[in-house]
Amino acid sequence: MNLTLYVWRQSGPDEPGRLEQYEAWEITPDMSFLEMLDVVNEGLIKSGKEPIAFDHDCREGICGMCSQVINGVPHGPQKKTTVCQLHMRHFKDGDTLYIEPWRSRAFPVIKDLIVDRSALDRIIQAGGYISVHTGGVPDADAVLIPKADADTAMDAAECIGCGACVAACPNGSAMLFTAAKVAHLATLPQGRVEAARRVCVMTEAMLKEGFGSCSNHYECQAVCPKGISVQFIAKLNREFIKASFKKAGSY
Amino acid sequence: MRFLESPVGRKLVMTVSGLSMIGFVIIHLLGNTSLYYGADSINAYAKALHGLPPLLWGFRLVMLIMVSLHVFYGISLTLENRGAKTGKYAVRENVRSTFAGRSMIWTGLFIGAFIIYHLLHFTFQVIDPGTAASGHADALGRPDVFMMVVLNFRRLAVSSLYVCAMAALGLHLLHSLQSAFQTMGLSSDRTLPVIVRAGALAALLISLGYAAFPLSVLAGIIR
Amino acid sequence: MILDGKCPSGPLSEAWDNHRRQMKLVSPANKRKYKIIVVGTGLAGASAAASLGELGYNVEAFCYQDSPRRAHSIAAQGGINAAKNYPNDGDSIFRLFHDTIKGGDFRAREANVYRLAMVSNAIIDQCVAQGVPFARDYAGYLENRSFGGAQVSRTFFARGQTGQQLLLGAYAALSRQVKAGSVKLHPRMEMLDLVVVDGQAKGITARDLVTGRIYSHAADAVCLCTGGYANVFYLSTNAMGSNVTAAYRAYKKGAFFANPCYTQIHPTCIPVTGDHQSKLTLMSESLRNDGRVWVPKIRGDNRAPHEIPEEERDYYLERKYPGFGNLAPRDIASRAAKEVCDEGRGVGVSGRGVCLDFSGAIGRLGEETIRGRYGNLFDMYEKITNENAYRQPMRIYPAPHYAMGGLWVDYNLQSTVPGLFVLGEANFSDHGANRLGASALMQGLADGYFIIPSTIADYLGRTEPGRVSTGNEAFIRSVEECETSIRRLLAIGGKKTVNEFHRELGSIMWEHVGMARSKEGLTKALSLIPALRTEFWENVRIPGGEAGLNQELEKAGRVADFLEFGELLARDALHRNESCGGHFRVDFQTPEGEALRDDANFCYVAAWEFRGAEKQPELHKEELDFENVRLCERCYK
Repeated sequence: MNLTLYVWRQSGPDEPGRLEQYEAWEITPDMSFLEMLDVVNEGLIKSGKEPIAFDHDCREGICGMCSQVINGVPHGPQKKTTVCQLHMRHFKDGDTLYIEPWRSRAFPVIKDLIVDRSALDRIIQAGGYISVHTGGVPDADAVLIPKADADTAMDAAECIGCGACVAACPNGSAMLFTAAKVAHLATLPQGRVEAARRVCVMTEAMLKEGFGSCSNHYECQAVCPKGISVQFIAKLNREFIKASFKKAGSY
Repeated sequence: MRFLESPVGRKLVMTVSGLSMIGFVIIHLLGNTSLYYGADSINAYAKALHGLPPLLWGFRLVMLIMVSLHVFYGISLTLENRGAKTGKYAVRENVRSTFAGRSMIWTGLFIGAFIIYHLLHFTFQVIDPGTAASGHADALGRPDVFMMVVLNFRRLAVSSLYVCAMAALGLHLLHSLQSAFQTMGLSSDRTLPVIVRAGALAALLISLGYAAFPLSVLAGIIR
Repeated sequence: MILDGKCPSGPLSEAWDNHRRQMKLVSPANKRKYKIIVVGTGLAGASAAASLGELGYNVEAFCYQDSPRRAHSIAAQGGINAAKNYPNDGDSIFRLFHDTIKGGDFRAREANVYRLAMVSNAIIDQCVAQGVPFARDYAGYLENRSFGGAQVSRTFFARGQTGQQLLLGAYAALSRQVKAGSVKLHPRMEMLDLVVVDGQAKGITARDLVTGRIYSHAADAVCLCTGGYANVFYLSTNAMGSNVTAAYRAYKKGAFFANPCYTQIHPTCIPVTGDHQSKLTLMSESLRNDGRVWVPKIRGDNRAPHEIPEEERDYYLERKYPGFGNLAPRDIASRAAKEVCDEGRGVGVSGRGVCLDFSGAIGRLGEETIRGRYGNLFDMYEKITNENAYRQPMRIYPAPHYAMGGLWVDYNLQSTVPGLFVLGEANFSDHGANRLGASALMQGLADGYFIIPSTIADYLGRTEPGRVSTGNEAFIRSVEECETSIRRLLAIGGKKTVNEFHRELGSIMWEHVGMARSKEGLTKALSLIPALRTEFWENVRIPGGEAGLNQELEKAGRVADFLEFGELLARDALHRNESCGGHFRVDFQTPEGEALRDDANFCYVAAWEFRGAEKQPELHKEELDFENVRLCERCYK
């Protein structure tokens, strides 16, 4: 099949960007979306043009590197699927596709479809961990964890940190990302000790990085390739309320 | 204070102030149903309310604070959230968010403007002194609130404005009731769909309940 | 040169503790004066950087991805082994050690493997304390499963995303140190060279992938945690960016490369669909616990698999290896799949696929149980192939997956260049000629959390901190060399793209240096690869310039190294006149077609020394002694 693409091209962070039109010829349905772009890029290189820069790495939907908005939806039309796992069989011959980078103040464009997501790393650095020392920990089965809690923690921990939630959010909020980490750790007994401090410093870090706040539109869950639930945002809010009743300055 | 610097803390202020206003809206709605029982009923109700000035003014003060907080944080959060986005997508598809949710700031501002009009109109009665209840006593010497309401709602322009405002209120509540539960951490995967539907139902009931007054007057049910 | 593995003497079970007692320490006040560079932030790199940072060293961590959390360890599905013996099924440190040695076809060092088995338990404790949500039973205890042919249940797992959860645990620990200021992160930076001063590793040269600038970084020790080289085959289960560059350039600076021919081809991957394919997707081999592997009995059977009646199916793994059946180790299962496809009995359009059939298990346990166990894998399969594996058998085929070979290291994980330590998949040390399932995660974390913190102190304790700076001549020369090499690449201005060369290299490697190797094939590869390399340097086309982000340039540098490294791999495979583990030579097999090991002549580690661009590398041998296990035929019948 043949497709028409409008791809965001931007040579650098401070350069103006624009949509450029490309044709993708002889695309087969079993290609992945990124393989389709590979084909386009090979053509661009051969004709002496700069290929489209885009982030990608594992191409199996787990590293969270790929990040494209396709026809207005982060990661494209297929539910719970990253761009790299999106296959061309979901498109038709003659389709027109608009491909754009994540757009958010906290994610400046580096080049074309590549954005800088280090703000998400800094939210984790603010407190998205359990402050355990290497070695000197109790036996793994010393603290029992109800299966339901372990499962809930895992549901939250599946977040791949791709940032689609931010790209989709009308507020450019990283609430789902932050909440997934807060909820994952707060659900486990090991993470309870620091739970109050964690929720406060992580939400503060989120704000400082220039993300918006949550208005409960739930656009994030709808585009999340891992289907992370907004119930973790509710959990974050609960943790925040609990933390607010603790002694001021306790974190 | 760190609470108010936090994005969640400010949302909680929005929630608490919003919920208290919803509480008021419900009480106000229930009180106004006395319209259906005729002039005596609502005029007595109005007189009783005005019979306790400390309570009345205390209540008004609390509501003023709630409204102010809600408006202040509503506007500042919206501006901040707008600032968090750079550039617009050439093509944008909303997958789950609703028109009601995305237009909160506009329905909110409209409702705010309406409240000012409504206060000047029916509470302080300065917009149309000719129909003011304070200037007309009923048979028992009470301000004739019933007559004021009926006379005004018989005018199509006034009724239309009130119905539009109640539509805006309905849209606003459509998003805000479920949003309040979520912000207070009271929803989960199981309960959220129920809360969303219950919230929508409540929003519909409240806005229809209010819109029913001008419509009933126009239809001649209240006269 | 005789290679000394520096393995401690004495009983195995006390060796590591004794060794640790004798090693030097660095005093707390002095630690911050030592700078350590960690390259790569997968399980090994992130855990090493976090642990070293926590100890007080001044750590700088580099990765080519935009965040440390994206390293390809994240894609590991199955699980992580530990000798906890929670299920009371007879596991022990010795049994894990023994299984690993035997699984590696007796080509790993006893002392290293025993230490790995020993620290395996501490890894699980550590990860649980970090908040890794391992699967648990209804009583709240950790669950275990049997995995990859083990006869005990010793594998801990977090759904089908164990690697992700372990990496996020290590990444969290790393993030904590970044916050504490003891680790500085350098994402989107690619190491291009190792800087050696007076015979000691003193830093690296790296390219900032965003600005294109090339910088040197001086340190007192360098840890390479840069993963494996399976992408030399072009199509593999590795991430697109996984490469051999860091390890290969260290090799060119004097670190020996050990056993490059030990590559693991994983049996359960989704088959190739066409030329456009950019990578292969692994399906966790846990699927083999319930799936049965078969092909049609007659060749050229074009019926859809589910239309082929039971009696016309050949369950070849169960037939050939009744003891282990569908759970035969990876190398054996992969080779068997290739054999039946070579006979023309493969399924699918390409004929390169075998069936993995769940109909029996679904009939026995119900679809819900199977969905509970493998739902995410079935979904993934459907996403890629558009086929529903609940209704029809999956099609699978082997794909390059893991590199057992790597830079040679001694017991302290130190390479032949003092001050250069190599951890995780990048080193050669623990898996011998074949890695067992759920052992890679174990090794990466063992090296990073528990081994390097002790052994690096022994080296640093003998070194004066901050002795050299980037002003040193060696650093300046290194930067110049890297810049020259990049300019040379950009100046070629040929006609073929980097991908085209990579694809060609991959097909040479897969054809002649893949699952079944022969003297003729390897000899042919040794003439094809240099020819392709020559063409590459004359005819590659790289758009853009050296400044700014240039993904084609990044790829070109990596492929240039693969084009040299592929030759080393083939050379190693040609010299090893035996079949063992992932290295199978058709000219060395038993009459039944099984691998024929030659312990008399090849019971050694082959470590290759770079002798110059135009010269052949020199082979050094480290003899392997087995005192605690008996060398035997690795029989899974």
